[in-house]
Amino acid sequence: MALTGVEIFKLLPKTNCKKCGYPTCLAFAMKLAQGQVSIDSCPDIPEDIKQKLAEASAPPVKPIIFGVGDKAVKMGEETVLFRHDKRFVNPCVFALEIKDTLSEADINSKIEEVINSEIERVGQRLRIDAIALTNDSNNVSKLNAAAKLIATKAPDVPIIICTGNPEAAEIAVKQFADKKPILYGANPENAESMASIAKNYKAILGVVASSAFGGSGGGLDELSAFIERIKSLGIVDIVIDSGARKAKDILRDNTLIRRAAVKKNFKPLGYPIITFAQRGDSLIESIIATIGVAKYSSIIVLSSIEKWKNLALFTLRQNIYTDPQVPMQVEQKIYKIGEPKPDSPLFITTNFSLTYFIVSGEIENSKVPSYLAVMDCEGLSVLTAWAAGKFTAAKIAQFIKESGIENNIKHRELIIPGYVAILSGAIEDKLEGWKITVGPREANGIPAFLRSKTT
Amino acid sequence: MAFTPSKETYTGKVYSVTIGTDENTVTFGGENVLPFYTFEGVVPNRPVIAYEIQDVPPDDWPENIQKPFKTVSNDPITWAKFCQDVLKAKAITLRLKGTHPDSQNRSPEDAAKTVKDVLSAINVPLILLGSNHTEKDAAVLVAAAEAAKDKNCIIGKAQEANYKTIVAAAIAHNHKLIAMSELDVNLSKQLNILITQMGFDREKLIIDPMCSALGYGLEYTYSVMERIRLAALAQNDLSMQPPMLGDIGMYVWKVKETQASETDMPQWGSTEERGITWEAVTAIALLLAGAELLIMRHPKAVEAVEKVIDELVEV
Repeated sequence: MALTGVEIFKLLPKTNCKKCGYPTCLAFAMKLAQGQVSIDSCPDIPEDIKQKLAEASAPPVKPIIFGVGDKAVKMGEETVLFRHDKRFVNPCVFALEIKDTLSEADINSKIEEVINSEIERVGQRLRIDAIALTNDSNNVSKLNAAAKLIATKAPDVPIIICTGNPEAAEIAVKQFADKKPILYGANPENAESMASIAKNYKAILGVVASSAFGGSGGGLDELSAFIERIKSLGIVDIVIDSGARKAKDILRDNTLIRRAAVKKNFKPLGYPIITFAQRGDSLIESIIATIGVAKYSSIIVLSSIEKWKNLALFTLRQNIYTDPQVPMQVEQKIYKIGEPKPDSPLFITTNFSLTYFIVSGEIENSKVPSYLAVMDCEGLSVLTAWAAGKFTAAKIAQFIKESGIENNIKHRELIIPGYVAILSGAIEDKLEGWKITVGPREANGIPAFLRSKTT
Repeated sequence: MAFTPSKETYTGKVYSVTIGTDENTVTFGGENVLPFYTFEGVVPNRPVIAYEIQDVPPDDWPENIQKPFKTVSNDPITWAKFCQDVLKAKAITLRLKGTHPDSQNRSPEDAAKTVKDVLSAINVPLILLGSNHTEKDAAVLVAAAEAAKDKNCIIGKAQEANYKTIVAAAIAHNHKLIAMSELDVNLSKQLNILITQMGFDREKLIIDPMCSALGYGLEYTYSVMERIRLAALAQNDLSMQPPMLGDIGMYVWKVKETQASETDMPQWGSTEERGITWEAVTAIALLLAGAELLIMRHPKAVEAVEKVIDELVEV
């Protein structure tokens, strides 16, 4: 666990010199405990204590940036086991495995798939973030050739080089020296040479428990000891693989690793987890990846990235990593449901994403093409937005006028949610020539409402 | 620094619920740990997936989910037999969709007849759902519960607006009961308390905290389920200890992603595989959040989810 304010206070000079900008050392200690100020603001702390404090106040899962430039991705920095406790911070990375045994044409087409994987959903741009090049050939020159191809064709895509062979590792990693790649495959046998390659080329080191290679596997205890050894070789940026490949083992190891980091502040396991989800059956692979997304993987390696699979996994990642404290919002605009005509009904609601999804879904179910005006209420639902003064007659009237909907419809009737029936008179006053109709209170009443309206 | 796994044990436990009769029963729930955490506690039963069928032909289902049932779905009896005999369903959910006033407005008597017919055609456990019209469900589920008397079914869903008559019917005819509230831990708790105050045995309840599909509020259902499960285990809150339901199929197969054609949405890829994956991913996410009973539609999604459950519970 991180230190409390009082524990930190005990380590401070207690001079109340105010050089940090706070009136007392205790006040500064409290701010430090909340992570709102840097330890460097105190000029008088001895270096050793500073280090101790920095380590204690560091996030339980080390933040690591993988790759460089626009496509770099941040991993780790997680602080909770359940998203409802606060939020999951850095969305997991999806990486496509490219085997060095593939032909040049096949490697090229996989690179293309990664580059073209980007889609947009609810205002976010989502993509396959990385490539994992594996040394299936066990051949140095093959890995080198494939690495060259990727370095040329996808120079800005973050890359994981997977090999246990230091000779192959060095030749491949060299080509991504200033790109913050991951060198995956450090094990107790090759540790020294892999660590020195990672250091030379500023790579993140992927460490793996021996069980991943069919060894007896000492479990997480052995892995922790091994990570301590890697750290003692001067490596700071690490991603860890417990060797788990089966659903049950992935769930257990990921949970125990994240729990040790978050609840015990156990530093050897306080690193992002890499999960290899590859399966022969792409649907099964999607499900294994789902376990990784929900349960603590920071990198998920996939063997194929069909568009349908990407859409499902991107959406899941977006759902799981949404901040539960910030309502998801949809864009303010007039949405067309079906193919509305100038005489189609016009509904209005707020831009809380769940409200939008439910209302638009019910309108769709009714099979009556309609317009749905979604008004920006900072992501609040109808009643909350009304109570907060964000869904008021004046604002609704202004939004309708400015939306330009008057050019698309020939009637002047606006259907408002039943919960804000109270607004109907006031909107009519402010929206001249319009008739306000009170719709159902709950969205599931919309189909019946529309039916009674059209007959 | 030596690593000692930090295992979490809880005082609370999820009730196990058995449905069906004679040798044809299934049991779910019963664990005293978070979903599939076999490494630190007891997980006596695997989750159960029930195939969804309905009393009227599924004309409102998207094409890709009508297809697997094309030859059988005109009649609930053949449909149910197909699920049991061909798909090896462990349980079947009969949704009495046709009773909705917006559908065929079938009468409670018609519904009761369908229930009887289906029951006599199958021997796997049956879950009986209304059409989610609170008033009509009150009448329909009473008739359905009576028609299925002593068959140890699950009936549902009892909601705040209609629970009284439905609970009474479940008590009178000896069924398990789904209590549904809308995405709120406290509402769910409150409804469970109201229901048990009527004399309904808490250990016969199933909580439906309301499902949502991937991309359409899944994170809400996911977190509400996690919170309900933690309340049951860590806080030993008795009213939160019934197993939970994920009514997956109905929510998944109405979203755009399971329907839009590849021609319209080329960047979304194959419609058929997209729909199946959407259902499977939603299902696994909710199993990880705490659901023990799932209602699903697509045989390929069910098959894949069962395979991964095998992997999760393997000893």
